[in-house]
Amino acid sequence: MSNLPGLYNYWIAVCLMMAGFYIVISHGNLVKKLVGLALFQTSVFIFYISLGKVADGDAPIVTPGVTLYSNPLPHVLILTAIVVGVATTAVGLALVVRIYEAYGSVEEDEIQVLDGADDDANEGTTSLEETPEADRQ
Amino acid sequence: MSLLDHFPVLVVLLPLMAAPLCVLIDRPRLAWALSLAVSWLSLAVAASLLFQVLGSGPISYRLGGWPPPWGIEYRIDLLSAYVLLIVSAIAAVVMVFAYHSVAAEIAADRIARFYAALLLVLAGLLGIVATGDAFNVFVFLEISSLASYAVISMGRDRRALHAAFQYLVMGTIGATFILIGIGFLYMMTGTLNMQDLADRLPAVSDTRTVRVGFAFLTVGIGLKLALFPLHLWLPNAYAYAPSAVTAFLAATATKVAVYVLLRFLLEIFGADFSLRAMPLDLILILLGLAGALSASLVAVFQEDIKRMLAYSSVAQIGYMVLGIGLASPTGISAAMLHLFNHALMKGALFLALGAVAYRIGSVALRDLAGLGRRMPWSMAAIVLGGLSLIGVPPTAGFVSKWYLVLGSLEQGLWPVALLILLGSLLAVVYIWKLVETAYFKEPQTAPVAVREAPLSMLIPVWILVAANLYFGLHTEISVGVARQSTVQLLGVAG
Repeated sequence: MSNLPGLYNYWIAVCLMMAGFYIVISHGNLVKKLVGLALFQTSVFIFYISLGKVADGDAPIVTPGVTLYSNPLPHVLILTAIVVGVATTAVGLALVVRIYEAYGSVEEDEIQVLDGADDDANEGTTSLEETPEADRQ
Repeated sequence: MSLLDHFPVLVVLLPLMAAPLCVLIDRPRLAWALSLAVSWLSLAVAASLLFQVLGSGPISYRLGGWPPPWGIEYRIDLLSAYVLLIVSAIAAVVMVFAYHSVAAEIAADRIARFYAALLLVLAGLLGIVATGDAFNVFVFLEISSLASYAVISMGRDRRALHAAFQYLVMGTIGATFILIGIGFLYMMTGTLNMQDLADRLPAVSDTRTVRVGFAFLTVGIGLKLALFPLHLWLPNAYAYAPSAVTAFLAATATKVAVYVLLRFLLEIFGADFSLRAMPLDLILILLGLAGALSASLVAVFQEDIKRMLAYSSVAQIGYMVLGIGLASPTGISAAMLHLFNHALMKGALFLALGAVAYRIGSVALRDLAGLGRRMPWSMAAIVLGGLSLIGVPPTAGFVSKWYLVLGSLEQGLWPVALLILLGSLLAVVYIWKLVETAYFKEPQTAPVAVREAPLSMLIPVWILVAANLYFGLHTEISVGVARQSTVQLLGVAG
């Protein structure tokens, strides 16, 4: 337990993770949900980068006189995860734009009301173009 | 190296490379033809891999020539060859079906991009199965998930967009949990290769880090799997996606997630740790049963048949998870059998439903009234698929239910066996609702000349229906493969 202060990166990662997760759950605004999701993913990047650190290790660049390097592999892994995160945010935002065009709202509770109305109509043929809200700002 | 040596990576590369080509040619018909060709080629490659594995044991492929613990290894053993074959076979069949269905449901200028995304889903799913590297699993999982959000959102209904968004949020949380879990394992072992992980984990398995990693992985995979309390994304996503997409995803995506669960629980962590040292066996049995019963019950009250079958998918996943939770060779082979058979029956059902949607433009229960006479072949396929879902003897569904009941009786868990039968009775109820409407009710509206679906739709549907019957009668192939893979998985785990 004595090394807890030394693990402060992990504390930061976990706090960010929980904050992001909480935003995803608690916010009804779809864009804010995506912000939370991005925060959640970013915390995992910090987690990975922290675990690559070797105590007293140098940056993993070959330098004369240095024998102990940090582990570069997690950094490389996280490059991939960052790309995935960017792609997820992009797809998510694209969906939000389409949702706004179709429903005229990005608030989850309003969308659920409209979904419920669609369910009652029970048609399954609502066309994307026929929503008047889309033109209204 | 001959071309044959590259098959393990080729099966993934074919659809991955074809996807951008589809975007570049941007012609609906050409894009479809390319997707069709690629999916059948993948099927041929997967079949050849299965024969290689059956003949000469697991194949290890070194990506870029780097030896396994350092480089990325693609590893095809019996279970992965088997799942590769299922996924690519369903893809091949769905692609034939897709031509008319997609042309009717998706705007012409989006069709080429739709096929590109569908191929990416396929590439991702095949990649998850082929790879022997834990981090690669995450990458392919995200490739397939991101592409599947896109294809689901292309449904005609605006609710498809909302469903895709919900799936995106839950799917990303699931994938990130898996990423965190893999991070914890890497922290303790310094390796990402699955075989190497399996070797090194037992030494450190009694640490909190490994247990936390295990929990993150299980919950993350559970989200992707639509395990009972984490299944909320599934019904809407399946109900509003285009017909071809629903059939493809229902038959493959959750099955691949079950594969990942098997791989991580039994091979990487080992059955001793994950099902005995951790109380996961009991959790899986309880969640599996709760999922199977509650989702079947909800399915009974659905008016939209696509959504009814989606809930039924959640129930079937419950049975698979239950089989894993039994933690016995019989239980685990039952889970694998059900994985295979459920792909066949749900593929057949959703494709037949897609044919109905193509002709009458709706999948609401009331619109099916009297359809048994007007679309006899499609409705007969739905009835046979439904029988397989219930688990009536000459169908494939019976075989897996039989082994599941056998597995639970072996453990002396007769209440579990009874509940499995109760779940099947619920399936009788919702399938009967369908049959009653289609065959015994008069059509409500004046009959607009509804004809039988075109042959390009009926043939894929009936291939799958025939497979349901074939594997119900000739059980030695599917049961044999499931048993052998179970021995391999448990054997590796010690």
